[in-house]
This record gives sequence, structure tokens and C-alpha cells, in this order.
Amino acid sequence: MTKLVYLVPLFPLIGFLINGLFRKNLSKSLTGIIGCSVILASFVVSLLIFFDVKKEGFEPAVISFFDFIHTGKLNIPFAFQVDQLSVLFMLIITGVGFLIHLYSTAYMHGEESQHFARYFSYLNLFVFSMLLLVLGANYVIMFIGWEGVGLCSYLLIGYWFKNIDYDNAARKAFIMNRIGDLGFLIAVFWMSSQFGSVSFGEVFARAPATSTAVLTGITLLLFVGATGKSAQIPLYTWLPDAMAGPTPVSALIHAATMVTAGIYMVARSNILYTLAPVSQTVVAVIGLATAILAATIAIKQNDIKKVLAYSTVSQLGYMFLGLGVGAYTGAVFHVMTHAFFKALLFLGAGSVIHAIHNEQDIRKMGGLKKYLPITHITFLLACFAIAGIPPFSGFFSKDEILTAAYSKNPVYYFIGVAGAMMTAFYMFRLYATTFLGRFRGTEEQEKHLHESPAAITIPLIILAVLAVIGGFVGIPAVFAPNAHALEHFLSPVFADSVKIQEAHEIPASTEWMLMLVSAGLALIAVIYAWSRFSKKPELGEPQGFGKILSNKWYVDELYDAIIIKPVNALAKFLNNVVEKSIIDWAVNGVGRMIQYGSRQIRLLQSGQVGGYVLLMVLGIVILFIIQLVLKK
Amino acid sequence: MKIKITPAIRAETKRESMPVNYYIFLAIALFCIGVAGVLTRRNAIIIFMCIELMLNAVNLLLVAFSKMHHLALKATNPNAGIEGQLFVFFIMVVAAAEVSVGLAIIAMMYRNTHSVDVNFLNRLKH
Repeated sequence: MTKLVYLVPLFPLIGFLINGLFRKNLSKSLTGIIGCSVILASFVVSLLIFFDVKKEGFEPAVISFFDFIHTGKLNIPFAFQVDQLSVLFMLIITGVGFLIHLYSTAYMHGEESQHFARYFSYLNLFVFSMLLLVLGANYVIMFIGWEGVGLCSYLLIGYWFKNIDYDNAARKAFIMNRIGDLGFLIAVFWMSSQFGSVSFGEVFARAPATSTAVLTGITLLLFVGATGKSAQIPLYTWLPDAMAGPTPVSALIHAATMVTAGIYMVARSNILYTLAPVSQTVVAVIGLATAILAATIAIKQNDIKKVLAYSTVSQLGYMFLGLGVGAYTGAVFHVMTHAFFKALLFLGAGSVIHAIHNEQDIRKMGGLKKYLPITHITFLLACFAIAGIPPFSGFFSKDEILTAAYSKNPVYYFIGVAGAMMTAFYMFRLYATTFLGRFRGTEEQEKHLHESPAAITIPLIILAVLAVIGGFVGIPAVFAPNAHALEHFLSPVFADSVKIQEAHEIPASTEWMLMLVSAGLALIAVIYAWSRFSKKPELGEPQGFGKILSNKWYVDELYDAIIIKPVNALAKFLNNVVEKSIIDWAVNGVGRMIQYGSRQIRLLQSGQVGGYVLLMVLGIVILFIIQLVLKK
Repeated sequence: MKIKITPAIRAETKRESMPVNYYIFLAIALFCIGVAGVLTRRNAIIIFMCIELMLNAVNLLLVAFSKMHHLALKATNPNAGIEGQLFVFFIMVVAAAEVSVGLAIIAMMYRNTHSVDVNFLNRLKH
């Protein structure tokens, strides 16, 4: 079955081609069926491959299709690598992707059929690129997928292209991604010159023999790419703006899959990071800083999707913290649980937005509990999961990361717990303001409030089940020995790193204490936020320090002043002075000169015979001079 | 008329012939006068006369060189230097042919424009 891995990206590619090329001729229901069924087919194949991989004694398989680049000493084949890490990501992408495709058929039904088909073709292209990213057996194929998901993110954020603000948001996302990609590319070039190859197997085999300085450089540059793709400091500001796209897009791309590409890349390159401790520290510190920064901003946001966007940035920070302290399994575990509950949160938000006819300000919501029961229950379960309350899935994955952080450096743990408290606080502020209390919208809106159709609620229910029970694949050792199924599953991928890292063993009592502290503090935050905001929701404009938070610490304005204005000024200078005055003057000048010259030369043709004879005589005289005088 | 025989004249009559330089200068002078005439005159027939002048200058030059070669190689070959004079005949033939054609053209030109002024023929301008 592993040999058929090429089918997994092939199905979405076919879906993209059919929906894209025939978008003017397909009906909406046919488009929806094609779009969803190809992802379902991919999911089924991924599941079968998963069962293959799960068997004991499975060796990672590299399946090569053809030579992609073959010049001189550099040989880059178009090859897929099937191992535990890639099959896990495949399942997440196709599984959650299928649910979101299903959801989209109902959410986007108001669009015209050719735009509906365009939406599905972009979504399928995205799934194809993401699968290429996680299946690639070398950094170049991964980079093809990396670029592809960036492109699809741009296409989908700017889906409603007639709105100039959305277009600007799409461009911002693409450009910031590109800045990160420069770091990634330089790292790939460095790798190919250092190791002579970019295939994972060869790079990881030759890494231990390389100097730490070189590895630090390569890993830091790779991490720059990850900051762009996975929205970490300093390249995170595109993600909140990306909420301009349709909500299912936000769920798929900016919660569950594309933003986890950076995590996947670092997890795949874990041996390189383990051999470069400086890079690991950088990853951990930036991850932690991003987690806290985004959490502080989310506390004062009033747009339901912006809260979730900053929450995503914050959770990604936790994942990078996990990678930075060596808890690779923990980070991948958090990717999985985050995919479940964050997609659920976004889809739930979409259901709410759909019901209130595109109102996104939570100050105008409230009391939706009785109008949208299924959405309410699933949203609540997701909020418990993200807050890290046991026994929901978020608790297990976040706890694993925080425990590993404590064993590396207790300061990481304390700051991380502060962030977790803030997470619980703002999530339940969001929940209480949206669903509890009285409805604060207009009478018109209240009359039309109704639960969403099945195509929307069924994915919500499935994701809610996963968000609740998804944590049980990763039960830590203090609860039950050898029950951490995910760690056992992923151990071959991270084995080399685990061998090199110093194993910080924490006594079981400390671990219980850490768990109790983090869960307890999160619970306190939940109860406080629930009680405060259900009685008195924050309806006014933020004041004082809250204003700084609600204006995102003015980071966008800072970037504007430091980077964007100078670059624009430079561009204006180059356009007006260099381009118009110098280059155009030169090019037009050549034309003007030729016209002038031709006007003068035309005067030779006067039609006067005498003139012609004179020229003949002059020519002969000149020839004489050349022959007799100059060529002595 | 009586000519005083000076020593220079006596020396002159003892030599075989005139130095060839005299012929060359004369030919160059004739040729340049011919060229100047072609360039400056407006009457087509006068231009023809000047062309003939140029051709005759060349003939003169050829004959002078032929005599020069003959005098130099007389000992070995009694027919040395005869090529120059032969070529003069060819040139004369060509000149005659060219004059006949040219005069025919001038006659046509006169018939069309009632003038032999070459500045009238500027239709090549178009």
C-alpha cells in the first residue's frame, strides 16, 4: 500500500484541475461532490498507509519517481518519504481537510457557481501542495509544497477579490511568507554545498560530522523560513489580517495545516537542531515570546476571528517552544490536538457568523446559546480543550510541552503557564461574550437566528469528539507507564535526537505538581472569565493599557515606519529618477539620435547628379589615401 | 630665327629623351582639370568634354610609361613596353562607345526638358 502513496496528492490535484478548468460548466453540487470526494479518497489511502506504517518493524520508505534536477554532482529526485511523521501529518491534513471541505459546501453556498468552483479548486490545490510538503523526501520537494501553500493562502485570502482591503491582506501574507522563504532557500543552498545533497537521509547521516557553526547557521536560516510560514516573531503580522478570507479557509490554512508546516520542517530536521543547541534556544525563546505576545493581544480583541487568529499564533509559539526544548513528540502532539480544536473553533465561529449574517464583532453577539445549540456545545468543548483542562486533548499535549520546558529551564515553564492562563482567560471571555448573556444584536438578526445545516454541524460534532478524546493517544508516563502511544509511534523519527539529548528526568512528584499547577491555574482563569463576562461583557472601547493591547502593541505601525515607508520611498526614487529620467532618457535618446541621423543622411539623396559625382570622387580620393599613405 | 646654342641645350640634345616626370605632371594636371570640370560645370556636353579630357590624360600617361619601359628593356627585347600602347587603343574604343551612348542620352534629355542643364535632372530625389 505504501507504493500507492502517489495517489494521496494525486487525487486533490485531479480535483483542482477538474474544478478549475471546468468551473464555468459545473453545477455547485457537482463541484462540491468532486472537491470533497477527492479529499475523502486521499484520506482513505492515507489511512491504509497508516495501518501499514503502524505495523512493527516498518522501515521508512523513500519512493522515487523521476529525476527532478540532475546536474553534475547534484542529484535531486522527485521522491516521497513515507514514515511515521509524514503519515501522521497526511492523516491530519486529509482528515481535517475533508471535514472542512464538507463544511464549505454549505458555508459558501451563497456564491455563484463559477466562484464556488474556483474556491474548491484553490482548496484542492492547497491540499495537494501541503501533501507535497509533508511527503517530500528532500528539502527541494518540501520547498515546492512550501511555496504552493503560500500561493494558495494568497489566492484564498483574496478570494473575495473585489474588496481592496482583502487584496492587501492577501499580498501582506504572501510577501511576509516570501521573506521567510528567502531564509529557507539560503539554508537549502548552504546544505547542498555543504553536504552535496538535500535528501533527508543523506543530510541527516552527514550532519554529526559537520561543524556546529555550520549547522547553527543552516538551522537558523531554516527557522527564519519557519517564522514566516508559521507566524512567529517577527513575521507574524500577516496572520490576523488573513482573517479576511472565508472562515473555512482560516480553519484549514491558518489553523490546522499551513501554519504547521514550519513545525513539520523543524520536527523533520530534528537531528540538525539537536546538534545545534544555540538554534534550539533561539527557537524556544522566540516561540515563548510569540506565545505571550499574541496571548496579550488576544485578551482585548473584539472580532471573533481575530481572537482566534492571535490564539493560533500563540499556540504555534507553544509548539515551537516544545521543539526548542527537545520535546519533538510533544510539539507534534500539540499540532494534532491544535488542528482538532482550532479548526473546531474556527468552524464554530463560521457557523455563528453565518447565523448572524456576517457580523463578526462579539460585542454585538451574546445569548446565542439557545439559538445555536450544537455550535454552542462544540465551541464550549473546544474552549475547554484549548484552555488545557483535563481530560480534554489540549491538556495532554500542552502539559507535555510545559513539562519538557520545565526540565530544560524552569523559567520557560513559569512564563508558559502564565501564557496558558491568558489563553484560558481570553478563550472563555470569547465564549461568554458570544454565547452567554442576552442577545445584543438587532431584532431583525434575532428573528433569523437558526442552527446551521447538517453539512456544517456534522464536521463540528466530529471535530468535537476528536478534541475531547484526541489526547488519549498521548497519556504521559506518570499516569500509566508505556501508555504514550504517540511517542511510541513516532520514536523512530526522533530516535537519533533522543540519543544525543541529555535526558532530564523529573521525579514523578514534581511532574504531578507541574500538572496540577498548570491545570489549576487554567481552571481558575476559566471560572473567573466565565463568571465575569457572562454577567458584564466588555462592550466599550478599550482604555489605557488595554488600548495598546487592542492595537496589537503597534507592531504593524512600527513595521510600517521602519520598513515599508523606506522601501516605498526607495521604489518611488527608483521609478521617478532612475527609471524615468535615466533609463527612459537613454532608450528614447537612442531612438531620437537615429531619427536625427537619418534626417541628415537623407539629405544625401538630393537627386543632383553633381552631388553624386562629387561623392564618387571623394570616395576614390579616400581610397587612394588609405592605400598609398596609411598602408605603407 | 636664330637659336643661341647654350651648354644646357647642348647637354639636352645629347640625352636620349625627355625625363618621364614631365609627362606625369602633365597627365596629372590634365586629369585634375578634367575632374574639376566634371564637378563644377552645369552643361552636360561640357561635362562630357571633361570626361574625355580625363581619359586622354590617362592615355598620355600610359604611352609615356610604355616608352619608359621600352627604353629600359630595349637591349633584351625589341618589343618591350608595347602593352601600354595596346591598352591605349582599348581605352579609345571604350571612350568612343561611351560617348555615343552618352550623346544619345543627352539628346533624349534635351527632347524632354529642352535644356542640357544637369541640375534639371533631380527626379532621382523621389
